[in-house]
Amino acid sequence: MLEVFIFATLNGLVTGLLLFMLASGLTLIFSMMGVLNFAHASFYMLGAYFAYSISLYFGFWTGLIFAPIIVGVLGALVERYGLRRVHQHGHVAELVFTFGLAFLIEEAVQFFWGADTKNYQSPDLLDFPLFTLFGQEFPAYRGFMIGISITIFIGLYYVLTKSRIGIIIQAALTHPHTVSNLGHNVPLIFMGVFGVGTALAGVAGVMAGPVLTTFPGMAVVLGSIVFVIVVIGGLGSLAGAFIASILIGLLQSYAIASDLGMSDLLNLLGIEFSRDHPLTDLWTLTLPQVAPILPFLLLVLVLIFRPTGLMGKREQ
Amino acid sequence: MRKLQIFRNFVLSILLVFSSYALPQEPVRIAFMDPLTGAFASIGNSGLKQLQFAADYIYNSKGGILGGRMIEIVPLDNKQSPTESQLQFRRAVSEGIQYIFQGNGSAVANALNDAINRHNRRNPGQEVMQINYSAVDPILTEENCSFWHFRWDAHANMKLNILTDYIAANEDIDSVYIIGQDYSFGQVVSDTSIELLRQKRPDIEIAGSEFHPIGQVKDFTPYVTKIVASGADAVITGNYGADMVSLARSIIDNGLDIPIYTFYAAYDGITATLGADGKNRIRLIHNETSNPIPTEERKEFMRAFKAKNPNNDVTQPRITNALMMIVRAMEEAQSTDPYDVGLALEDMRFTTIGGDEVWMRGEDHQVFQSLHISVHTDEGVEFDADNSGFGLYTEYSVPLEETIVPVNECRMRRPRR
Repeated sequence: MLEVFIFATLNGLVTGLLLFMLASGLTLIFSMMGVLNFAHASFYMLGAYFAYSISLYFGFWTGLIFAPIIVGVLGALVERYGLRRVHQHGHVAELVFTFGLAFLIEEAVQFFWGADTKNYQSPDLLDFPLFTLFGQEFPAYRGFMIGISITIFIGLYYVLTKSRIGIIIQAALTHPHTVSNLGHNVPLIFMGVFGVGTALAGVAGVMAGPVLTTFPGMAVVLGSIVFVIVVIGGLGSLAGAFIASILIGLLQSYAIASDLGMSDLLNLLGIEFSRDHPLTDLWTLTLPQVAPILPFLLLVLVLIFRPTGLMGKREQ
Repeated sequence: MRKLQIFRNFVLSILLVFSSYALPQEPVRIAFMDPLTGAFASIGNSGLKQLQFAADYIYNSKGGILGGRMIEIVPLDNKQSPTESQLQFRRAVSEGIQYIFQGNGSAVANALNDAINRHNRRNPGQEVMQINYSAVDPILTEENCSFWHFRWDAHANMKLNILTDYIAANEDIDSVYIIGQDYSFGQVVSDTSIELLRQKRPDIEIAGSEFHPIGQVKDFTPYVTKIVASGADAVITGNYGADMVSLARSIIDNGLDIPIYTFYAAYDGITATLGADGKNRIRLIHNETSNPIPTEERKEFMRAFKAKNPNNDVTQPRITNALMMIVRAMEEAQSTDPYDVGLALEDMRFTTIGGDEVWMRGEDHQVFQSLHISVHTDEGVEFDADNSGFGLYTEYSVPLEETIVPVNECRMRRPRR
């Protein structure tokens, strides 16, 4: 039992931190520009595909550095020549724009790389078990993922709260006109934030590609869950996104690892149903089966009891 | 006035000439309805290419069928969704298509089966035939069997029967773990494996049976953790597409060194992703032998396909089998009416380009042919998958007669004509 618990925790951490890298960019962009970027997970996918293509020629490490840069530049261009023009037509237009962009990117990826799974592998350098516990190996690559994610979180937090640039960004969040009157180029800041946000998604893609497999559906699989995290954490809150990511990563991991089910609950209550009861599917549900919908359940609960999210400061 | 009459006659005669030419040239249209976008797009597109190629290579390039009619393949994207399939089915009907290939997802196949039966009941004379090349939920040829549905793949219970024989014969296996997608097919795989193993090797312990949502799992590591903790010696799974790759990758990445018995763990990027790590560990149950390929005819077909589609492989020879048998039935009946073709298909015996004998049973429209278990390896692989050097090598074969299961719960309502 202990081994399952330890590995479930580690797995939850890996997933949670990966989700955080996506959610951090999304929440940053939202807090800056008020844009819910539906195409965010698509940039994550682009990151994986670019890194795959680069790794074919120059190896994994070059991909890790350059793929996010390419994705970031692409993101900045999208902001500069797409979103900024659409912006004047209001939020609905922006939403529809990013929504369409997500489809466009998915189609483009299928067009250029094809629909099948790509053989994107983790580097040989990290191809060893970090440690073996109770006969189960923990791959070094996953440890590396944890390391990078935490470094990024700390770096991001430091830049946003301590550096001069962070202070300008924070000010531009709440008082864009004042910041602009002080002589700062606010549209440029926005473009930069969008670029960095998408680059973060790119990093997540580069690192997740080898583990979660690189295929055209990878954006869809992760897309909805990232929104859940941003809402649960509180729209625009970096710390909230961090907590929510870890929470959801662990929640899912523990739920899968557990063997509990409805039948246990019923046994506890002393109720019993026969196998051919019409609702037998409901009585035999197990926690691992419903694990993937737990985040959405949590979302509903949070929205009911704490509409601003865990760390949200948005006033009504 | 006279001029006008001459002109009219001229126009009429031209029309007549053209119509008499146009009539025999009208193509036979066959729809291919499978996911062409989304999480399972790679399997759908690969199947489409195979059907398209088979039609062009075997028939269209040699003057077509039924005295000069070409086969036209119409791709319909059902996004692996039963609802979308209904919409696409309506579209096929409105375009006058009477043959629909569909394979991915038994839930979709069942929904399509319902829609087709309803349509055929209400529109006699415009019936549609369902050509199921890959959906293996037994119910389609058992309780829900229909005159309009023909299946060209062995169903899950037939495959599991052979697979469990194979597992039972392996003395090293004392416990197995079953993991599958949470829908009809995954549940059939789990229930049947447990039942059959209990009969054949009561001493084998079922270390666990797990379901996960189809196409939704990002990372299988938590599941693998449970498999490791359960101490299982082998894994059985019916997963396909992205669910299969991710599961196998997680098992390999976490250093779990046990055999994995699957239905679909090859091709469309899966083989390349597994690479050397999966060697001699992953096995598949399927029809039509993989390496060594038995006939020169099939080798030629595969080479020609590869020349045209360098990034794809002939992953499902049964698509070609289905097409060839339908064309044979059309030629025999000299008709493209699904009713006539259906009657001609019943109890047809056919030899595939791979030299394999195929029997389409008339009572429930289930196909029977030899079944094989192959291993993922790079040794003796003349035709690899995904251009990776790795591919399938057939280790164990069961002849047609031994794959036959009795007709079960099928009370087919035959249309009256």
